[in-house]
Amino acid sequence: MTNEYIVLSAILFTIGCVGVLTRRNAIVVFMCVELMLNACNLALVTFAKQHGNLDGQIAAFFVMVVAAAEVVIGLAIIMTIFRTRRSASVDDASLLKY
Amino acid sequence: MNLQTIVLAAEGGAIPVVHPVDADGVFSLLWLIIALPLAGAVVLLLGGALAPRALDRVGHWLGTATVAGSFGLSLAMFVSLLGRSEEERQVGQHLYTWFEVGGLDVGMDLLYDPLSALFLLLITGVGALIHVYSIGYMEHDARRRRFFGYLNLFVAAMLVLVLSANYLGVFLGWEGVGLASYLLIGFWQHKHSAAAAAKKAFVINRVGDIGLSLAIALMFTTFGTTDFAAISESAGDASQGTLNALGLLLLLAACGKSAQVPLQAWLLDAMEGPTPVSALIHAATMVTAGVYLVVRSNFIYDLTPTAQTAVVIVATVTLLWGAVLGCAKDDIKKALAGSTMSQIGYMMLAAGLGPAGYPFAIFHLLTHGFFKANMFLGAGSVMHGMNDDVDMRHYGGLSKYMPVTFLTFAMGYLAIIGFPGFSGFWSKDKIIETALAENLVVGLCALLGAGITGFYMTRLMLMTFFTEKRWADDVHPHESPRLMTVPLIVLAALSVLGGVLILNDFIVDFLAPVTGVAEHHEPPLAPLVITLIVTLVVAAGVAAAWFLVGKRDIPREAPQDVSFATRAARADLYGDAINEGLVVQPGRRLVGGLATFDRVGVDGVVEGGSAAVGGMSGVLRRVQNGFVRSYALSLLGGALLVVLALLAVNLA
Repeated sequence: MTNEYIVLSAILFTIGCVGVLTRRNAIVVFMCVELMLNACNLALVTFAKQHGNLDGQIAAFFVMVVAAAEVVIGLAIIMTIFRTRRSASVDDASLLKY
Repeated sequence: MNLQTIVLAAEGGAIPVVHPVDADGVFSLLWLIIALPLAGAVVLLLGGALAPRALDRVGHWLGTATVAGSFGLSLAMFVSLLGRSEEERQVGQHLYTWFEVGGLDVGMDLLYDPLSALFLLLITGVGALIHVYSIGYMEHDARRRRFFGYLNLFVAAMLVLVLSANYLGVFLGWEGVGLASYLLIGFWQHKHSAAAAAKKAFVINRVGDIGLSLAIALMFTTFGTTDFAAISESAGDASQGTLNALGLLLLLAACGKSAQVPLQAWLLDAMEGPTPVSALIHAATMVTAGVYLVVRSNFIYDLTPTAQTAVVIVATVTLLWGAVLGCAKDDIKKALAGSTMSQIGYMMLAAGLGPAGYPFAIFHLLTHGFFKANMFLGAGSVMHGMNDDVDMRHYGGLSKYMPVTFLTFAMGYLAIIGFPGFSGFWSKDKIIETALAENLVVGLCALLGAGITGFYMTRLMLMTFFTEKRWADDVHPHESPRLMTVPLIVLAALSVLGGVLILNDFIVDFLAPVTGVAEHHEPPLAPLVITLIVTLVVAAGVAAAWFLVGKRDIPREAPQDVSFATRAARADLYGDAINEGLVVQPGRRLVGGLATFDRVGVDGVVEGGSAAVGGMSGVLRRVQNGFVRSYALSLLGGALLVVLALLAVNLA
């Protein structure tokens, strides 16, 4: 019965993954990252249900807390980059290299 | 079988043991003999910062006074020693503990016994005369104060060498003498040849020093000490192999300092130093150190016939080698230097003959100290009058112009060839006699050497003081000042009278507490007959020189179309070529090979490795392209790899 949730979680994760790798807009990439995180949360909650204990749910809460913090910092960075370069493309911010 | 009997004889007490009594009375001032010249050296060399002018004015007198003071003390102690009974004639003084490391406890100990007593008299006595002479000789040298500082250092180091009661102390003096000789030979350092000669002397001496330091290390591992007293007591307990090694190592050391073949090459070049230095090195100090070492180590050599044989062979080769060099050199100082080599060879020969020879080695060392110092200073006096020209082909007929130099030099000449009654006659005759009694071949070689000595010294004498004048018009030969002639006169008197030491076998009995009493060997002929033969051989040498040199015209330039023998002798019997071929060139090639290996091999690995890493990182850094999505891709790839690996492990 939990199989469907796992499959859904995998699909969501894959969508997020492909989005991160293919999209250039930083906001979209960011949203895809969130998608991947939530796919993981879904998997964790499913496993918790499957095993009948709360470990997975606790882990999911942690992920949510960290994701919230990460969103704040990530959006701030994206905004700053946009202000200086007038662009939200991740490929434009490629000065830090060899 | 033979070895065993000797070792047993040693256990029976045939070899005297060093057993000093505590110093008291005048002997408590023993340390002052070394301290005086050492203080002189310190003041003269370092005091210039405080009072340069005053020291320049009185420095040479100060330097002379310190050595003369040491001579006074040595004389007082010698007289006092003569008044003691034979058992009390070894006096030891403990100054302080030099260092203590593990089981090795080395004290600054002095040992005053008949052997050191004679050396002290020679070093300080002849040394003081050379100092006086140097005041006149170096009068116009701007660096005279420094010269006297070095001379004092030289004397002090030599005194440490002969007064020390352990081998480490001897080593200290040994190195000090090496340093001082380096400074003095290269004193006129603005001359390239002098600087090179100083370096050569130092380097060749180092080879000998290695022998001494290895011997000391071996003594420590074998006996646990370097004291003469302890080693002389327990030398008999060591294995024959150890004793042989000790004897040969000490011989190597002696070869370096005493310019014995194969380490002889530095001696002739050392003539680049000022003439008083040559006299000091050749007569009173330095080259006698090797003979001292062998005689002092008699408790080792008496137990090792192998090393004794080696000493005799080296000595015989050297005495002929030096004599041949003396025959061909036109440089008056180099001819005398060849003669020194030869005479030191006689001393080493005697020292190698065991207890029978030790006293005569020292006897010849003393008489040689007198007449060779006399002749070197005489040669300096001649050069002084001849605008520092050293080529005997430019001399001739000087006896009229330098009567005092001529007469004193003649005394030295008669002494060295062994004219009956002169000091060298007694000492050399005794050595040849002892050598003949021990081994016929060696004895005959020594006899031949005496004949050659007669030849080359007569040649030198004739070319310098007789024959017609050959000097240039602008040279005005003149007698040297009083400061230089007075030491010559004193040394000439000693050259004539030095033979009194053998009266009543005085020196043999005097040295007996140190060297032991020899069992009597009957020489093949009566001593008187041997003396007669020696005198005849010398006369033949003198006559040969008279007909080959005195009767002929001497060209101002050395003739070039000469026999192979003459050419070889002029080239130091190819001693330098042998060193060059056997040591220098292979050494240079080895070093060159090592340098190439270092450059290509070691540097190749190290630098090649770093270049490879650098190149690879140049390729790898391209991965850091700044595109965040490509990083994300590698992150994903890595995560997938981990997952696959986990799956592979779990499912397999």
